[in-house]
Amino acid sequence: MSQDIAVVVEHLGGTLADVTFEMLGRGRELARAAGGRLIAIAVGDGLTGAPGALGAADAVVLCQDASLAHYAPESHQRALAAILGARAPRVTLVASTAMGMDLAAGLAAALDWPLVAYSRDVRLVDGRLVAVSQIYGGKLLAEAEVEGAHAIVSVLPGAAPADAGRVAGRPAVEEMPPPPTAPARVRFKRLIEPEAGDVDITRETVLVSVGRGIQSQDNLAIVEELAEALGGTVSASRPIVDQGWLPKTRQVGKSGMTVKPKLYLAVGISGAPEHLEGMRGADLIVAVNSDPNAPIFGVAHYGVVGDLFDVLPALTAKLKATP
Amino acid sequence: MEIVVAVKMVPDLVEELEVDADGRDLDRSTLKLRLSEWDEQAVEEALQLRDAHGARVTVIALEADEVDEALFTCLAKGADRAVKVTGAAAAGSSRAAASVLAQALRGQPHDLILTGVQAVDDRDGQVGIFLAEALGLPHVSVVSGVASAGERAVVAHQEYAGGIMAEFEVDLPCVLGVQAARAAPRYAPVSRVRQAMKTQKLESIAAAPPEARAGSTVTRLARPEAGGRAEILEGTPEEVAARLASILRDRGLVRA
Repeated sequence: MSQDIAVVVEHLGGTLADVTFEMLGRGRELARAAGGRLIAIAVGDGLTGAPGALGAADAVVLCQDASLAHYAPESHQRALAAILGARAPRVTLVASTAMGMDLAAGLAAALDWPLVAYSRDVRLVDGRLVAVSQIYGGKLLAEAEVEGAHAIVSVLPGAAPADAGRVAGRPAVEEMPPPPTAPARVRFKRLIEPEAGDVDITRETVLVSVGRGIQSQDNLAIVEELAEALGGTVSASRPIVDQGWLPKTRQVGKSGMTVKPKLYLAVGISGAPEHLEGMRGADLIVAVNSDPNAPIFGVAHYGVVGDLFDVLPALTAKLKATP
Repeated sequence: MEIVVAVKMVPDLVEELEVDADGRDLDRSTLKLRLSEWDEQAVEEALQLRDAHGARVTVIALEADEVDEALFTCLAKGADRAVKVTGAAAAGSSRAAASVLAQALRGQPHDLILTGVQAVDDRDGQVGIFLAEALGLPHVSVVSGVASAGERAVVAHQEYAGGIMAEFEVDLPCVLGVQAARAAPRYAPVSRVRQAMKTQKLESIAAAPPEARAGSTVTRLARPEAGGRAEILEGTPEEVAARLASILRDRGLVRA
């Protein structure tokens, strides 16, 4: 058992995800509190250049093999379980992302360690691990004490600044052989790029983004009118796209696009963590929602607590009128 | 093919959530529950697969308030069987719930197990993944779009940021955590749910004690810092609109 802190490096084909640096920054603090080292663990292939960007870590463990070139939940979990089982770090941070989800819970089960998911904050207090999870659609935070000598914490993207972990350097590199090959039950076939849509919402300067509060497809007209008055484009949260009311290319959030417009006007969007991940970097965020406790008001600069069916037409009229 | 959909009841976020006097759990006396919306996506994907390729769809849930109506709704939507696992002591932990479900499913045929990818209350991780691990099965989460790939495998798309997807071929039996079905979940009218209640039966299995637990304890449940950072604009819709229009004009965000 060690007091080291491990970070599972998330990357797509060697390109490091921002959340990796966010976890390294967080991991640095934990390593200081634990009195251990910060170890970054990267599984894949062709990662020889990665350690130079992982300077926040004291050491980088690379597990490289052609069979690991593409992420697959089963093969990467097997490789990580072997490394983590051997090194037994005090805390292991995994990204709360599409790739990290299978790994975090899978590793917790394989190693029989506790898992705390969706964490916004994690710290060691006198040796005890405390993690704060964002649950109930971001409406509540649950602070929990974690038992045992080892634990896995899945970290929400955007919960910590990336700058603290974005340090160039020359950490010690250890190469680990991949675990013996076993027949893969989950086989990577290909990556599918998104289809080009009529607009690229990542390039728009003004987005009027619509969520579940709009209630029906017919009601989208008032959102389109507002977008037109602003010279902007309509985007949406996931439920609108799942309903088929707007194309996938308009989706903002975890599995959609990450946008940074000059203005992001969120109407009828409660602001689940998966959505906030895709828009919190906008220059100006304005939210209209009938629920005063909607998490969207936690990231918005200006908020209107009210009925979007009253506020939107009024705003459209004001924008069309000469000032 | 035997498709099993593991579903669960969760607090309805449309309602106000109140924290109890201890400040460690929800005030469950006022809580309204609903079927987890990701589970509704999983049910829909199962029915779509059944309609396209032929299969038997079994929906299974641990006992909870209002779960009977939710299971009858699944039957009304077209599920072939609904199973309630009674007497489960797994409240508050996905890991414990998955352990109970795994023990129940060992006695049930299952080729493809679907769950919602996550739930609003799965603080200690996702049921589907723990279920897969307990049954020794492969798992893929954040899946949208499942296609049959012959008798022994399925093709699943896993969604990444930026609209990119990875395509995996996954051997059966396996567990997939469904993010979104290929079509919006179908609606079962109340009349059809009532009819299902009259003409169909829920099967029940007695729960085995959970063999796993969260390994962490909530010490404080609370709203995020009050108000966050938004400056709330007050007034009638007209007044608010005028104020917003001037804020946007001042920042040069209005083209006209």
